[in-house]
Amino acid sequence: MEPKRIQAPLTDEVVMSLKAGDNVLISGVIYTARDAAHKKLVELMDKNEPLPIDLQGQFIYYVGPTPAKPGQAIGSAGPTTSGRMDVYTPRMLEKGMKACIGKGLRSQAVKDALQKYKGVYLAAVGGAGALLSKRIKKSEVVAYPELGAEAIHRLEVEDFPATVINDVYGNDLYAEGAKAYAR
Amino acid sequence: MRELAASTISDHVAEMCQEANIYLGEDVFKALQDSLETEESPTGKEVLRQLIENVEIARNEQIPICQDTGFAVFFVEWGQEVHLSGGTLDEAINAGVRRGYEEGYLRKSIVDDPLYNRKNTGDNTPAVIYTDFVPGDKVKISFAPKGGGSENMSSVKMLKPSDGEAGVIDFVVNHVKAAGPNPCPPIVVGVGIGGTFDKVAVLAKKALFRPVGRAHPDSAFAALEKTILDKINDLGVGPQGFGGRTFALAVHIETFPSHIASMPAAVNINCHACRHLERVI
Repeated sequence: MEPKRIQAPLTDEVVMSLKAGDNVLISGVIYTARDAAHKKLVELMDKNEPLPIDLQGQFIYYVGPTPAKPGQAIGSAGPTTSGRMDVYTPRMLEKGMKACIGKGLRSQAVKDALQKYKGVYLAAVGGAGALLSKRIKKSEVVAYPELGAEAIHRLEVEDFPATVINDVYGNDLYAEGAKAYAR
Repeated sequence: MRELAASTISDHVAEMCQEANIYLGEDVFKALQDSLETEESPTGKEVLRQLIENVEIARNEQIPICQDTGFAVFFVEWGQEVHLSGGTLDEAINAGVRRGYEEGYLRKSIVDDPLYNRKNTGDNTPAVIYTDFVPGDKVKISFAPKGGGSENMSSVKMLKPSDGEAGVIDFVVNHVKAAGPNPCPPIVVGVGIGGTFDKVAVLAKKALFRPVGRAHPDSAFAALEKTILDKINDLGVGPQGFGGRTFALAVHIETFPSHIASMPAAVNINCHACRHLERVI
């Protein structure tokens, strides 16, 4: 099946059109955040303080890249395990985040929140950090530079490949995919 | 007595850190290519194609295969006729890691205090080092950068001797099933059986250093490796957990004698970027 080309940030209409199992190519602007950045963002939400980035419609990519060599936009940049962000994800969706990209299983609370707030969870190929780095054209730190590789980066991506795992309809590729090939 | 300078060890280690993170071993690369032939799922095939292309990009452009360039783990076999001069072995290896990770633009992923401060040490040290003394005047250094995502999906269980072969199979298969897509399949599964609580975990780690495709020398354990591999792949989890026939590339078992009352077992999982390298100095 041909991958769907989608633009970041996302509209509700596009989110609703995505189904578990769809392969997509993402172009536009996305943001990075891992455990440490999520913790800081949610602490700000708790205090009702403004966030360093506007989450409305945004993609958050769970990644901590290797340092860029001279002349590179970014180093190796594959997804990290999403489950560590589970405790923060419903709060992020509540604040307008529309999609997150990582790898691995999500909690039921995250799957429920995706349906409630109309969001999708996608996986990029874990361990394909060299390949994925070629689809990232520009990278700059926009918040928490003290976190190093874990700082929030603004990325410009072109045809960044990912697969929809959990959609707004409650479908789950991890559950369905294994069923189809189990013996 | 052969004299060996600590700086020589450091030089080798610095090179090995970079080489292992950029060039995937031919054993794992071949296993990925072979699995592309046998994978039935179109999505699974697409994942495998991306992984193969990823390895080629890393090699051609000198980029780390994966952004998680790992905890630096070493197994050293030290010939007893070798005398190290100019520092301790731990210092020499850590100096090599420090230099290799900095010069190679590798990610520094180690925090000093695991519970409270979690401050990055900034140079990927300290390494985890296991040393055995062996006859001879050579030093063999085996290195693996061990990723955190797959390491987190690992476990030790104190099985009873009466649990037998079925107990080992159930423990490994159920554990890997629960890990699912998290450790970046297709995975390599290291299994330790025997020894003590601590020893069995080291056996499982050591199993991941064995070249993929090389079976256990004992035919009974080689057969058990095959049985467990087939059961794991029959789960249908497939590459990246998207569904398919290639959940694992290999199962490697390492054993050690055990106490009459015990049969510990351990599972240590490696992602498809099963990076390992050895040098004899």
